[in-house]
Amino acid sequence: MFIPCDRGGGSAAPDFKGFTLLMPAVSVGNVGQLAIDLVISTLDMTKVGYFYTDCLVPMVGNNPYATAEENSVELSINAEVYSLPSKKLVVLQIRSPFIKNKYRPFCETLLSWVKSSKCARVVLLSSSHAYQRDDEQLLGTPLRYLLTPDLEKAVGGCMKDLNWKEMEKVAAYPGINDTDKVLHIPGGGITKLLFTESCSEGIQMAVLLKFCSEGDNIPDAFVLVNYLNEWLQLIKSEVNPSSQWKIPSSWRLLFGNGLPPALF
Amino acid sequence: MATFFGEVVVAPSRAGLDEEEEAREETPEDREIRREIEKKRYQERGEIREREIQVLWSCAEESLVCSRFIVAIGRNAAAFLSSFILDSVCWEVIGVVKLWNEWCRTSNSTNVLPTDSFCLFYRLISDPTVLLCQCSCYVAEDQQFQWLEKVFGCMQKKDLQVTILSTCPVADYKTQESTLTLVSPFLKALKTKEFQEQVCCPLLEQPNIVRDLPAA
Repeated sequence: MFIPCDRGGGSAAPDFKGFTLLMPAVSVGNVGQLAIDLVISTLDMTKVGYFYTDCLVPMVGNNPYATAEENSVELSINAEVYSLPSKKLVVLQIRSPFIKNKYRPFCETLLSWVKSSKCARVVLLSSSHAYQRDDEQLLGTPLRYLLTPDLEKAVGGCMKDLNWKEMEKVAAYPGINDTDKVLHIPGGGITKLLFTESCSEGIQMAVLLKFCSEGDNIPDAFVLVNYLNEWLQLIKSEVNPSSQWKIPSSWRLLFGNGLPPALF
Repeated sequence: MATFFGEVVVAPSRAGLDEEEEAREETPEDREIRREIEKKRYQERGEIREREIQVLWSCAEESLVCSRFIVAIGRNAAAFLSSFILDSVCWEVIGVVKLWNEWCRTSNSTNVLPTDSFCLFYRLISDPTVLLCQCSCYVAEDQQFQWLEKVFGCMQKKDLQVTILSTCPVADYKTQESTLTLVSPFLKALKTKEFQEQVCCPLLEQPNIVRDLPAA
């Protein structure tokens, strides 16, 4: 699945032992993916490889994090891996939707890669439909977290110190039987599947998600990435943290082209 | 989301459908329709499974040695090759792709009309390592990877250079100005870093992307 970039000189495949894998779920508003774009762009991460997979719609373009003419011509595809060894961080960015019936095969292959590359833990950035919140969830913070049992042992206390809210379970049969509670993440794409699989495979995984709706999701991405930063401290956050994140050049023209002059 | 009439409907999301949503939404009628569609997908003798692609070569060699592979995807690009490049003197048909999806079906016939959906392979008679593909049919999302693996799997690559020709509507092009004032048609290119030759047109700027079979 993972193909390392050929950096020349016969360099060995990158070593992710003990690293934190940060990745998005393709979810409502693409908030996770936008947040990952901010992380890669701000930390100026180096591409170290890509996923060769038939689970995602193919796409290709030029470098989405280009800052100048010289670095704008590197091709970029739908699933790429970036790394920052100084922070023991490896990031997977997913840029296109899943093909029908390919959620499960992708999750299985991904988790098996996580195990074989010996990543210490996985952090999944995601989102969920805001309109599906219940009365209590409508109040207070729109941010939630989830931890697999293995990661709960390691960092559960940290979440309490940060005063974070755990994602609530909902009744499996609302109105009929309120005792059976299940995890329900509408609009979350592969989030629930990946989380439940990680629980059963003993993988340390955290899910950070935000309730949101489709629209201009850039502010949601900033909120989510700042939430992540409260825990992982990827950038200094003493001053206004939002201004520290660098917007990639590919975020231009998200809502269409310029207007034709003839309109006026 | 709420509509004007106050009803709550599931909004189409850029995230696509959740897998559990996909399963839950199917009513008995949906299941019946799906079964009928699947029945039609099977060849009479069950030769082709559902959405499987078959690549049929007329030449006997197990794998084709290829140094140049030109692929034209879509009706416009295929028509370009028919008008300016292909002729029966210099090129011979050596293969065909047989596939079915909701948008089109191709056949094994190599005698096609420009309005048909087809995917044919040609070889330059004077240099048999030069191959050309005209793919005017739509290759569905879940078939693109298969197409790639089956076509390239048959090739013995010898310093292979691949050129992909495709078209997109001008309205899809993202630019600071309005596309109404753009002089069209115009060419843009994407190239891998291994491609060292001069490109004949400007490179495709961000945030524009290419998707589907040309991207694959």
